[in-house]
Amino acid sequence: MPHMADNPLTLDAVETVHVTCDVLIIGGGNAGCFSAVEAAKLDPNLKVVIMEKAHIMRSGACSAGMDAINTYIPDGKTPEDLVRWCRSQVGGGPIREDLALSNARELNESVDDLERWGLPILRDAEGKIRYRGAWDISIHGEQLKPIMAEKAIEAGAVVYNRVACTQLLMDGERCVGALGFGVRDGKFYVFHAKATINATGGAAGLYKSYTADATDSHHQIWMCPYCVGTGYAVGIRQGAEMTSMEQRWVATRTKDFCGPVDTISVGYKAPIINAKGERIMQTRYAHLGGDKAPRYIRANAPMEEWLAGRGPTYCDTRGMEPELAKQMMTDYLNERPSFVLFLASRGQDPVKEPIEIYGSDPYIVGGHTQSGFWVGLDRMTTVPGLFAAGETAGGNPNKFVGGCAAEGKLALRGAMAYMQGLALPEPDMAQIEAEKARVYGPLLHDVDFDGLRAIEMEERLQRLMDEYAGGTSQFYRTNEERLDYALKHLAMLRSQTVYLKAENLHDLMSVHEVIDRIDVAEVLCHHLKFRKETRWQGWQTRSDYPEIDPAYDCHVESRRDMATGAIETFTRPYEQIVSGDRYKP
Amino acid sequence: MPPIIDHKKCNGCQGREESFCEEACPGDLLYVGADGKSHCHAARDCWDCMSCVKMCPRNAIETRIPYQLGYHKARLMPIMGKNNITWKCTDIHGETITYKYRNRLEVADEQGGSS
Repeated sequence: MPHMADNPLTLDAVETVHVTCDVLIIGGGNAGCFSAVEAAKLDPNLKVVIMEKAHIMRSGACSAGMDAINTYIPDGKTPEDLVRWCRSQVGGGPIREDLALSNARELNESVDDLERWGLPILRDAEGKIRYRGAWDISIHGEQLKPIMAEKAIEAGAVVYNRVACTQLLMDGERCVGALGFGVRDGKFYVFHAKATINATGGAAGLYKSYTADATDSHHQIWMCPYCVGTGYAVGIRQGAEMTSMEQRWVATRTKDFCGPVDTISVGYKAPIINAKGERIMQTRYAHLGGDKAPRYIRANAPMEEWLAGRGPTYCDTRGMEPELAKQMMTDYLNERPSFVLFLASRGQDPVKEPIEIYGSDPYIVGGHTQSGFWVGLDRMTTVPGLFAAGETAGGNPNKFVGGCAAEGKLALRGAMAYMQGLALPEPDMAQIEAEKARVYGPLLHDVDFDGLRAIEMEERLQRLMDEYAGGTSQFYRTNEERLDYALKHLAMLRSQTVYLKAENLHDLMSVHEVIDRIDVAEVLCHHLKFRKETRWQGWQTRSDYPEIDPAYDCHVESRRDMATGAIETFTRPYEQIVSGDRYKP
Repeated sequence: MPPIIDHKKCNGCQGREESFCEEACPGDLLYVGADGKSHCHAARDCWDCMSCVKMCPRNAIETRIPYQLGYHKARLMPIMGKNNITWKCTDIHGETITYKYRNRLEVADEQGGSS
């Protein structure tokens, strides 16, 4: 592999690269690119560095493209209206309405930026934006990621591609940058920054996907499988407060091939039906809003049908006008092109045969649900100097593409305000050397070391989470005893990470990814255990506490006790800021 | 078994530090081997995002659905234009459909011209 450096023979042989900057952005995705563009707007002399695990032009969650921007405020509606909808989509909250409102106020400008940069937004003959629901608009977003990346680079951000983040660089309790390694050049990177914006993707692959038995492409999952939760893990390890980690994102997806379904059910008004042809949203969920029921209800509904013996479930596309069907396939080509190939490989014409749907494996994605760092209005986490934006920032669900972009700008502004007058202390060399030894350890074992490959531990983790912490095979249900079992075995997995070995730098990345996933999974299980009720069926279902308990109408929080390593859980109250009935849009 | 690389067409993007498909893969799965051709070292980890297929200047890569999920053999190939993309999809019965649409708007550059 010519573009991958040889393994170092000793730790001393690893070159360390020191980079000092004003703002470090971890993750060159949607939020990260918008932070970089905002930085250039506010102060063109600011030195901004982006640390990117892949290559910024086609990385992460947006790499395949997008077919819609799910939130854009239409004429006649206000940011407050969007917050009301957002709140109703999570069963009346609790959500951080202060955060949601500030994102909503920035939202349209960020989407307009994308259009100015060349993103095709579909408009009608009169030039008006075409809505496909109350808030979401259609785009031809095949080029979404390159468009954002080009603007971040034009803004002057220095991009370090192929550098995986492994740890934050700390000065006491303050974050002063991040550490990582080059997955191609094998160098150890020290990014020393006045402020750090954590803008990585969410956490996919904590749970087993039901297609994990495939020999190839076993990640038939919806979120990018290379977004493993590193952004959360590096904060968890420094005692950052996490919020709402129990509110997992589970989505209805096309069966066997995790393609988007809102595109068909909402965008093309194809009703969800069960094996008997019953329109399940209109019949069984009319009292919760029918087709407009909150997202977690719509996600869980097909799986409830399977459980009750009324599966398979479908989106009924039969009878759709051929021109409309072609438009639908074009949407797929923009976001999940291989789904069109999948249908072709089944010889299936959706106009004649309905599209089968099923539930996805659960994810932690703070741009969709509200798991992530507890942040202030400035998007600073409880770790001074560490800001969060997009999938990593919690409390504020339904951000999607536009909201994550908006939050990238807000986090940058927060970082700018924080940095004023702050000097950068000398980096702590002992901390840097300790992390370097931890990072390269799995590559430096003797050849006869009897260890574990990352894939083995990943599969153990995913199986454990699936069966005990409410995965797809268990129809998302869990209980106290299963969570205790999961936590016991997660502790065993962590103790066994010393056995992980890597054959090359790509493997080394996989090793650190599984360690990150274990840290996120542990916090997730503590949150699921704390919430002794069922507030969001599917997303958070406790079979031992099947009802909503008003005592838990609050945010569930956690943080690692830095002295003992134990995860502590506690609550914060919900505050209603936007008027109106919490349960109605 | 994605992605399938046609080694008769692939030249490893000679002269580039990274081949286009290597650059495109968000999972760091592709590399140019000692034979000067592109290879995928972890087909199991492929996400089927098709970024590598779109980026290949020689149309040397195609994505194939794992047989466990889809029958033999359908084909979907993109042709990248300056501001548009054309997809040709052939299903297992040999039926072909073409989709063409704009994927970039014309954007005025800072000099006021069109880029």
